[in-house]
Amino acid sequence: MRGDTGFPIRVRFSKHGKVRFISHRDIARAFERAFRIAELPLAFTLGFSPRPKVSFGLALSVGFESDAEYLDLELSTDVDVEPVAASLTAALPEGIDVTGVARIADRAPALQEAVSAVQYRFEIVVDDPEVAASRIDALLAAPDLVITRSRKGKQVVEDVRPAIRTLQPCGTTDRGVLLATELSTRPTGVRPGDLGTALGLPVGRVLRTHQWIERDGARLEPLEADPRSPATAPDGAETAGPHALQARAS
Amino acid sequence: MTTLWPAIEPLLDRVEKPARYIGMERGSQQPEHRPGRAAWLLVYPDTYEIGLPNQGLQILYEILNERDDSLAERAYAPWLDMESAMRDARVPFFSVDTHRAARDFDVVAFNLSAELVYTNVLNCLDLGGVPIRAVDRGSDDPVVIAGGHCTFNPEPLADFLDAVVIGEGEEVVAQITEAIGAWKRAGRSDREALLHELATISGVYVPSMYDVEYDGMALRSVTPRYADVPARVDKRTVADLADWPYPKHQLVPLVEVVHDRLNVEIFRGCTRGCRFCQAGMITRPVRERPEEQVRSMVVDGLKRSGYDEVALTSLSSADFSGIDGLVAGLVNEQAGTGRVALSLPSLRVDAFTVGLASEIQKVRRTGLTFAPEAGSWRLRQVINKLITEEDLYAAVDGAYSQGWRRVKLYFLTGLPTEMDADTMGIAELAKTVVEIGRKHTKAASATISVGGYVPKPHTPFQWFGQNSIAELQRKIFMLRDSLRGSKAKLKWHDPEATFVEGICSRGDRRIGRVIERVWRSGGTFQEWSEHFRLDRWTSAMEAEGLDADWYVTRHRTEDEVLPWDHIAAGLHKDFLWQDWKESLAEHGLPDCRWTPCYDCGVCTDYALEHVVASPLAPAGGSQGTGQDLSTGGAVPVQLLPTRTPVKAAT
Repeated sequence: MRGDTGFPIRVRFSKHGKVRFISHRDIARAFERAFRIAELPLAFTLGFSPRPKVSFGLALSVGFESDAEYLDLELSTDVDVEPVAASLTAALPEGIDVTGVARIADRAPALQEAVSAVQYRFEIVVDDPEVAASRIDALLAAPDLVITRSRKGKQVVEDVRPAIRTLQPCGTTDRGVLLATELSTRPTGVRPGDLGTALGLPVGRVLRTHQWIERDGARLEPLEADPRSPATAPDGAETAGPHALQARAS
Repeated sequence: MTTLWPAIEPLLDRVEKPARYIGMERGSQQPEHRPGRAAWLLVYPDTYEIGLPNQGLQILYEILNERDDSLAERAYAPWLDMESAMRDARVPFFSVDTHRAARDFDVVAFNLSAELVYTNVLNCLDLGGVPIRAVDRGSDDPVVIAGGHCTFNPEPLADFLDAVVIGEGEEVVAQITEAIGAWKRAGRSDREALLHELATISGVYVPSMYDVEYDGMALRSVTPRYADVPARVDKRTVADLADWPYPKHQLVPLVEVVHDRLNVEIFRGCTRGCRFCQAGMITRPVRERPEEQVRSMVVDGLKRSGYDEVALTSLSSADFSGIDGLVAGLVNEQAGTGRVALSLPSLRVDAFTVGLASEIQKVRRTGLTFAPEAGSWRLRQVINKLITEEDLYAAVDGAYSQGWRRVKLYFLTGLPTEMDADTMGIAELAKTVVEIGRKHTKAASATISVGGYVPKPHTPFQWFGQNSIAELQRKIFMLRDSLRGSKAKLKWHDPEATFVEGICSRGDRRIGRVIERVWRSGGTFQEWSEHFRLDRWTSAMEAEGLDADWYVTRHRTEDEVLPWDHIAAGLHKDFLWQDWKESLAEHGLPDCRWTPCYDCGVCTDYALEHVVASPLAPAGGSQGTGQDLSTGGAVPVQLLPTRTPVKAAT
């Protein structure tokens, strides 16, 4: 449950360098420790083993880097979010930098449901860029892209072609070409690795560059998607911050 | 002399758990390599997850990096997939801090906490391009050292190690650093002279400085080759833990590891006198850390690491003077910040410790662990683990009544004088424990963990012939059959691995060739059941013309020269023999921390004293464990003057 007692904030962070080899779960644990080191006033779940109220966005594969990862966190008091980015960055492993913090509205839709598009830039290892270009054209021209993957131990066959919005070369590296792609996360996602397999070319470094929340025809950066303001606070003092509290008391 | 990272990085996309190899832990260092600094590579020869938390390694890592004339990095054994990727790409064994090759270090120092890692030591050296045998190393090669509990019998690894540290490392690493520094300044020319020099440092054993003679299978003598090399190498012991508030910056790994929490060592040494326990014998005397220092290490450590759990570690944490006050204080202090869990590993079996546990585990009462070790009172007197059945039942009744649902009990089987009635006593205890639990909750269960006993050097049981594989299997199956259908779940260690541990624990220098053969046949990670194969060991023993039973299951006699007789933990051999006889007579021995000294030899030989804040046994302590204090009662131990820690935790 979110938004019942606390003050939700959204955190954007990047993941670069050696730390790209740690898992989504390791990132979660690193943040939990960082919250305590930075002495953020966390709101906890009730019950037998209280946990901080944190919810992470879409998982990033081990080995990928990112400019745009997100998590939502609930605080027990309303703090000035300005210094939070720096204090969290100092408490996090090298390569994980908090690049933005925003207060968000109560009951803002969870990141995992809200984010509907992601963009990547990734390297394809290939001698001849023309080979990559022609295979991309063929892939995009095909009516479907059926891949088999294991999900919870079962082999699942899916057509992921609808999830590929764009895919085009955007530069070269010393061992191949850089591709830029925008992918839908629903109803079924597709990963850069799947694209490499479909192209028949090995994938090198992968960078997630953006995540988007699409709502009513608008495309929103998650930090800006659900801002908190007194006007949008649904019901009264408990969720609207100290100013509202004072206002009611007076 | 630079980082191998560009060569390592491409391999990490292809291996499982790549974060094992990246370092970057909070608290880790990027030391600067300079000609004036002795460079140490501290190696834990098992996986990162097992090795990272090792406190001994972390303590030395900090101490060596604080000095101007030394630096230290860390390395762990790469898992099989990574090893094969490294060999294919010709990437040598490397440090995780700055990703430097092992050969770029002056010292490669192994932590040996378990015998079954011995083949991994050879593998790490080989993967690092370091000749595995000491005799084949030249002036370009690093000096290969080992330390840790296993080195109290260094002989099985003697052919592979240039030098061995016996006992605690805090002080001796400074002397080794100075010797290495001088050798480096002299152009690393005379390796033999360096080894000779190292052999004269107290606590350092240099195997190549000793001649070993045999009389058929029997060992006749181990004699120093030079007059200034000691005939007996004494262990090193720090007199006062207050001088060593380390680690100050405990490493916080990015991936989950064992004991993934803040660990604060509250005392070192244990004089409970359990006769099977090598740790208790070789780490005497008891040295408590001042309570105030414990508190500040807990508070600073939590603040720095971000951990939400802290363990107060020792060999028997409830024996710390005033443990109840310390625990209550910490629980109250942390209550403000909330949600910090406190844990006390290695608890005694009595109601007092259950009270302590309930104080610290207010929520999440899932499991509580006790170690009665043997199934009958008779056998517990033999091993000097003086827990009465009443103690145990009161403890588990307390545990179940206060909300715990699962109790875990540790036992050994194959102990001296053990009869089937003693073994079956384990099943009886287990069933009664479950019955007691069912009075309180239907969900009550018990896990019974049984390990085959391996006699260890420097204990009163060092003369005892270990049970054979067949005998251990028979006992375990007997227990399994008896507990079938019960709520008590039986777990056991593989008797075949126990047998190999026996070969390495009490082996002599000839076992080195066996270890080398096992390694050459691909036998690494032998403590991992999926990689352990007994036939590798039996065929290696055969190839070397050695009889495994002679090493493992044979009883030794009083006059036998033992392979570790030239290594001293301070315990007099006649004391150990006497205690062995007392054991067979089923006589217990009280804890000398609270009763008069029985002169085991450690304090008197090394001019050491117990450092214990309270002259009284803890409430429900000695009495609670059934020890008879009538001979001594509350005898004040001599207290060292209160002192301010010289090196306060900062």
